[in-house]
Amino acid sequence: MLKATGVAGPKDWEAKLPDSQRRKQGPYVVFECFQEIPCNPCEQACPRNAVAIGEDINTIPCIDYGLCNGCAICVARCPGLAIFVVDETYAEGYGKVMIPWEYKPLPAKGDTVTAVGRDGKEVCTAEVVEVRNIKNQDRTAVIGLKVPLEHVNVVRGIKLGGEING
Amino acid sequence: MVNTDLLVVGGGPAGLAAADTAASLGIDVLLVDEGRAVGGQLVKQTHKFFGSGEHYAGVRGIDIPKLLNREENSQRVRILTDTTVVGCYEDGVVSALTGEDNYFKIKAKRAIFATGATEKFLSFPGNDLPGVYGAGAVQTLMNQFGVIPGKRVLMVGAGNIGIIVSYQLLQAGVPVAAVVEAAPTIGGYLVHASKLARAGVPILTRHTILEARGKDAVESAVIAQLDDNWQVVPGTEEEVDVDVVCLAVGLSPVVDLLRQLGCEMKYVPELGGHVPIRDKNLKTATGWIYVAGDVAGVEEASAAMVEGRLAGAAAAAELGADKQEADTVISRCLASLDALRGGPVGEKIRSGIAKLEGGAVNA
Ligand SMILES: Cc1cc2nc3c(=O)[nH]c(=O)nc-3n(C[C@H](O)[C@H](O)[C@H](O)COP(=O)(O)OP(=O)(O)OC[C@H]3O[C@@H](n4cnc5c(N)ncnc54)[C@H](O)[C@@H]3O)c2cc1C
Ligand code: SF4
Ligand code: SF4
Repeated sequence: MLKATGVAGPKDWEAKLPDSQRRKQGPYVVFECFQEIPCNPCEQACPRNAVAIGEDINTIPCIDYGLCNGCAICVARCPGLAIFVVDETYAEGYGKVMIPWEYKPLPAKGDTVTAVGRDGKEVCTAEVVEVRNIKNQDRTAVIGLKVPLEHVNVVRGIKLGGEING
Repeated sequence: MVNTDLLVVGGGPAGLAAADTAASLGIDVLLVDEGRAVGGQLVKQTHKFFGSGEHYAGVRGIDIPKLLNREENSQRVRILTDTTVVGCYEDGVVSALTGEDNYFKIKAKRAIFATGATEKFLSFPGNDLPGVYGAGAVQTLMNQFGVIPGKRVLMVGAGNIGIIVSYQLLQAGVPVAAVVEAAPTIGGYLVHASKLARAGVPILTRHTILEARGKDAVESAVIAQLDDNWQVVPGTEEEVDVDVVCLAVGLSPVVDLLRQLGCEMKYVPELGGHVPIRDKNLKTATGWIYVAGDVAGVEEASAAMVEGRLAGAAAAAELGADKQEADTVISRCLASLDALRGGPVGEKIRSGIAKLEGGAVNA
């Protein structure tokens, strides 16, 4: 499927999540990078050395969830926009998803947006709770979305074309 | 007549890296490029690059030329833009044209050709209608001149170029109706494809364009599904409402000048078509000529830069640069190329190069 449509299926992405115990401990990174390609900026980006690729730059990145604290620094550094950070402990009944964003308009904190899944289909509305866009991200913003807990690992984008209100 | 030790033809990533390396090794270089500025394909690549740190991974393509065209080498590298090499002669003289009518000759002891590649076209009814573009042209329009090509686009080809240009269209606010791809799987990197999928753009593998329709310009396009034998499945034809059809169906090396010079060629489909035969250090059998980048085989900017450095160092060594220093650069480049081409996506390139070296033809 993934190779024919570009849409990762549950089997693909579930294998990228940490174990259930780690998921309850706070924000964690999800690397949706499934193919061996010559690329390694994520390894160099992580200040905690949680990402390993090693000598052969074609190796798929491997995450040490004991070291990753979900800081999301790597999210803006990935040229494939394939890294997300999920926090299932964000609020009662809600989680937070951090996504990379290179479109206009740039959402603002407090906006309500339509959150979409890996296939671009609408999943739910979401509140923008964080926007990071500092200089060294080089124009790849990172947006934090508050979404109902059951959608944290389904939501991976925002519908193009602007906010619903706010 | 302009005399130079090293002439570099083409100022894309390969040519710039070649000039930078040769200059760092103490050689004087003349670099000519027909464009208004150097950078080649990079000047329109607004996305962040893959590769590793030494290949500028994570840096946007548009920001790479200035990293390759360094102040400290400006004494040794002379750059002529708006200058096209128009002819090459057997006695080693090259003729160039600056602007409209300023012809002059260049005599170089060594030359590196880094002329890049040109887009392939596709034949279908209506492909001569205004609104049918090559992906490179769409990129130039948008990212260099700030002009959008139309209101809604059908992209043909799901290699990296088709996918990246689709993404850039979305960034410019132009909807992409779909990406059609005849092969059963996506050729480009899946992370790029997933970006498009998240934006709601369907990538239709096993699909092709049958025709572009319209009176004076494209008004719609007809697409259809293909079966296992690449034949149209009857009844699957569908008309999509678009005013732009963008073709991203491959590149072929620009080898015309090398032909004029009598460089021996070989047809290697994995490398994009006819490519010059050369040794490991990218020296052709026409002794004073080296090649680097897409002209030597269509690949990627990261590989083009390393090839540029490799050819630059090898030519510099022949022009009297410190042999040990040059050799260090050469071995580093060879290792770096192996690393870049080492994975499954490098398989095609590896087998193409094996054919060139007369290695296992069926590899
Ligand atoms: C849409 C797109 C996306 C891409 N994305 C990536 C990516 O993410 N990562 C990556 O590594 N690579 C990427 N690439 C590939 C990369 O751009 C090319 O492989 C690379 O530019 C090749 O470099 P080059 O120097 O060989 O050729 P070019 O960049 O094509 O440069 C050739 C230069 O030669 C000049 N020239 C040609 N003929 C003459 C002549 N007769 N006289 C004077 N000058 C001449 C041209 O004007 C041009 O400036 C992408 C390419 C495209 C089109
Ligand atoms: S989220 Fe932070 S700690 Fe985790 S892998 Fe990314 S950069 Fe490293
Ligand atoms: S930077 Fe992104 S695309 Fe590159 S290897 Fe890391 S996760 Fe994959």
